Amino acid sequence: MNIVVLGCGRVGSTFARMMHRDGHNVTVIDIQSEAFRRLGSKFRGNRIVGNGIDEDVLKRAGIETADVFVAATQGDNRNIMAAQIAQRVFKVERVIARIYDPVRADRYRQLGIVTLCTTTIASGLLRDFVTTNEWGLDKDYSAEYLRLNV
Amino acid sequence: MYVIIVGGGNVGYYLAKTLADERHEVLLLEKDRTRYRTISEELGELVMQGDGCEVAIQSQAGFGRADAVVAVTGSDDDNLVVCQMSKMEHNVPRTISRVNDPRNEKLFHELGIDATVSSTKIIYNLLEQEVGGGEVIPLAALNRGNIEIVEIEISARAPVLGHEIKQLQMPQEALIISVLRDDHAILPSGDTQLEAGDKIIVLVRADQEHSLRDIFAED
Repeated sequence: MNIVVLGCGRVGSTFARMMHRDGHNVTVIDIQSEAFRRLGSKFRGNRIVGNGIDEDVLKRAGIETADVFVAATQGDNRNIMAAQIAQRVFKVERVIARIYDPVRADRYRQLGIVTLCTTTIASGLLRDFVTTNEWGLDKDYSAEYLRLNV
Repeated sequence: MYVIIVGGGNVGYYLAKTLADERHEVLLLEKDRTRYRTISEELGELVMQGDGCEVAIQSQAGFGRADAVVAVTGSDDDNLVVCQMSKMEHNVPRTISRVNDPRNEKLFHELGIDATVSSTKIIYNLLEQEVGGGEVIPLAALNRGNIEIVEIEISARAPVLGHEIKQLQMPQEALIISVLRDDHAILPSGDTQLEAGDKIIVLVRADQEHSLRDIFAED
């Protein structure tokens, strides 16, 4: 798959590394070039420095041929706007936005954007663990993360 | 009219003052506490501190009874979300957004924002008129910008001076709706002759506006 990831923070960079390791064609966009350090030495995908709500930057990142667009910057509104550009202007088939604010995550989900609200996911998992003493996760993602560095 | 302005920079600040002077009910929302303190010293209760994208703040600020929400922060993404959330959550009848990157105007209209303002584009248009010698002045946009109403002044050196309207090689989707001459508005016919100093008002499809310039501009 051709995958464009906006935002090279902890989530964006880890997702990009996972998908790259699995053989996908990955391009990462961040406004600061230092952020690409998080990708580590094994990452061979493309790195684009620029503003993710600028159509020219998205084009440089190959959004016109992308199968998947993931918006994972620190800014909810930036992710929301970038996701809508990817969906409406560039007709990317699968568009996912990470949104911290649960209300915004819910409303934009209703507008047809897949939203991932890490706030509700983390607090829900915590609540379940505290009440049942079990993690509601099937997979151990942290083990997978550690293997990325090997 | 109850108007909520989001973004207490210079645009928001002066807009709030202007509307308040005209006796409209105004609320100015500013996220940054330091900036909030500065402007509330002068504007007092007109200013509220909070993030205009948050639904809780929107409810507290009375978005539900607002006649218009105007988003004028320096970030296009914030302005977009303020307007979209106002529509989704509170069904605000009119949302207006400042657009910093003029290319976002079209996108914002597609995404449901009622009106956009780009100072970049306005200044660019003014400059075009000054340097380009093309006297096509945009007055209004209809149908979300597909159709424009423009004004064209007929100068003493215009190639069409003395021509009748039926002789003009107008683009297919353009209509001269009025000729303004000496404080009168004339409803023109094909026989109306153009005189120096006339201002003609034309309804034109936006993508054909440039061809008007070719017809009416000085050589």
